[in-house]
Amino acid sequence: MSADRISGAAVPYLPRGVRLHDDRVRGIRVLLAPERVIQLDPVGHAILSELDGKRSLAEVIETLCTRYDAPPEQIEGDVQEFLRDLMDRRMVFLDGEAGGPA
Amino acid sequence: MRDDPAPRDIDGNPVRVGLPMAMLAELTHRCPLACPYCSNPVELTRASAELKAAEWAEVFRQAAGLGVLQVHLSGGEPASRRDLAEIAASARDAGLYVNLITSGIGLTEARLRELDGVVDHIQLSLQGIDAEMADWISGYGGSFARKMQVAQWSRAIGFPMTLNAVVHRQNLDRLPEMIDLAEELGCRRIEVATVQFHGWADLNRRPLMPTQAQATRAREVVDEARRRLQGRMVIDYVPADHLAAFPKSCMGGWGSTGLNVAPDGTVLPCHAAQTIKGLAFENVREVPLARIWHDGAAFNAFRGTGWMPEPCASCERREIDFGGCRCQAMALAGDARATDPVCSRSGLHARLRAAAEAEAASDSTVLVYRRMTREKRG
Repeated sequence: MSADRISGAAVPYLPRGVRLHDDRVRGIRVLLAPERVIQLDPVGHAILSELDGKRSLAEVIETLCTRYDAPPEQIEGDVQEFLRDLMDRRMVFLDGEAGGPA
Repeated sequence: MRDDPAPRDIDGNPVRVGLPMAMLAELTHRCPLACPYCSNPVELTRASAELKAAEWAEVFRQAAGLGVLQVHLSGGEPASRRDLAEIAASARDAGLYVNLITSGIGLTEARLRELDGVVDHIQLSLQGIDAEMADWISGYGGSFARKMQVAQWSRAIGFPMTLNAVVHRQNLDRLPEMIDLAEELGCRRIEVATVQFHGWADLNRRPLMPTQAQATRAREVVDEARRRLQGRMVIDYVPADHLAAFPKSCMGGWGSTGLNVAPDGTVLPCHAAQTIKGLAFENVREVPLARIWHDGAAFNAFRGTGWMPEPCASCERREIDFGGCRCQAMALAGDARATDPVCSRSGLHARLRAAAEAEAASDSTVLVYRRMTREKRG
């Protein structure tokens, strides 16, 4: 995994071909991507649900802090680690990359 | 025994049944290409026996209800079906993630536009890095140029793409260029899969078996490219399995997460399962998919670990790789319960490896191409 931090000004989004899905058969939330199904815990689902391709990472973190009444440092750490991993797997893009929001 | 409430494996041991995640839908065995390692069975299904679009729609609805999340539309060449767009739309309407596995041949810009918003992802096969290699391997003149055109159209429309490079002794030395090509085409992923020597490929072991030196070099190329392309392109690599110490976990375990529907509606635990003699396979035209999955004798046959003989039964890896591939055990050991001979703990491993080395040392370039037998007339 790359150690680079994602800039707060960057706009992360789920690119085309990657989408959230409510798996009613198993009662779980999943991320569907090419040849991959990733089971999401509530934290992961909350983070990805906020990616609208419009708001910056800093704005997304602010929203999550308010909603979950959690300190920014903790949310920021969780979000950075989670999104960085998905970026390395090409399941989250940053604005400006080819692919366009889904 | 359908009335028995507890599902049992081939030896009568009780098994636990999970839910399938992925379904391979082989829409047709027809294909303009004739690749000598085609994963279709040697006995191909005729067009007249194929499920109709409305039947596929019903299969997709049943699959989604059973727990399937992703469908892989494959073949043969799925574009050989004129009703591909209708079939793909019915899969999407059922709530499935739709992956199209294609050679590109038969797709036009207009047909691709019909799939826009329906197909989530396209997996484009690659037979070689240029027309000379690709057209020879696929047995179809002009295939490379047409495939590259399809890749450009797909990119312009915005489909996410994976390039699926099938590698063997004839093209493995050009792996760096294949990775470069995937990058040039804007692919998010490249899958580099060494030929699996079943079915048609088994008829082509001598021209296609990679050498040990090639496999070692390929590993280095993949490792270097992964570092260089981190965050830009994902590389999935499937090495030659007889060169590894342990077998692959085929299908993630028999009947555990995946199923395959053949063109005529026969439901299989894997695409080669019909090579295992003595197993009977049911058809979605006659039996509901959920019943086949949960109660079908063929699906239950090798679930769990109770059926395993030694050395698998006491192996600490028995729930990691499930003893490898049942079809390969059948083909090489003559017994579908046996340890997959690609495993270093199989008594047959040394002989298999020696045979592979001899095949890899061959200078044969004579390919047995996949072809359909003619339909009988009248």
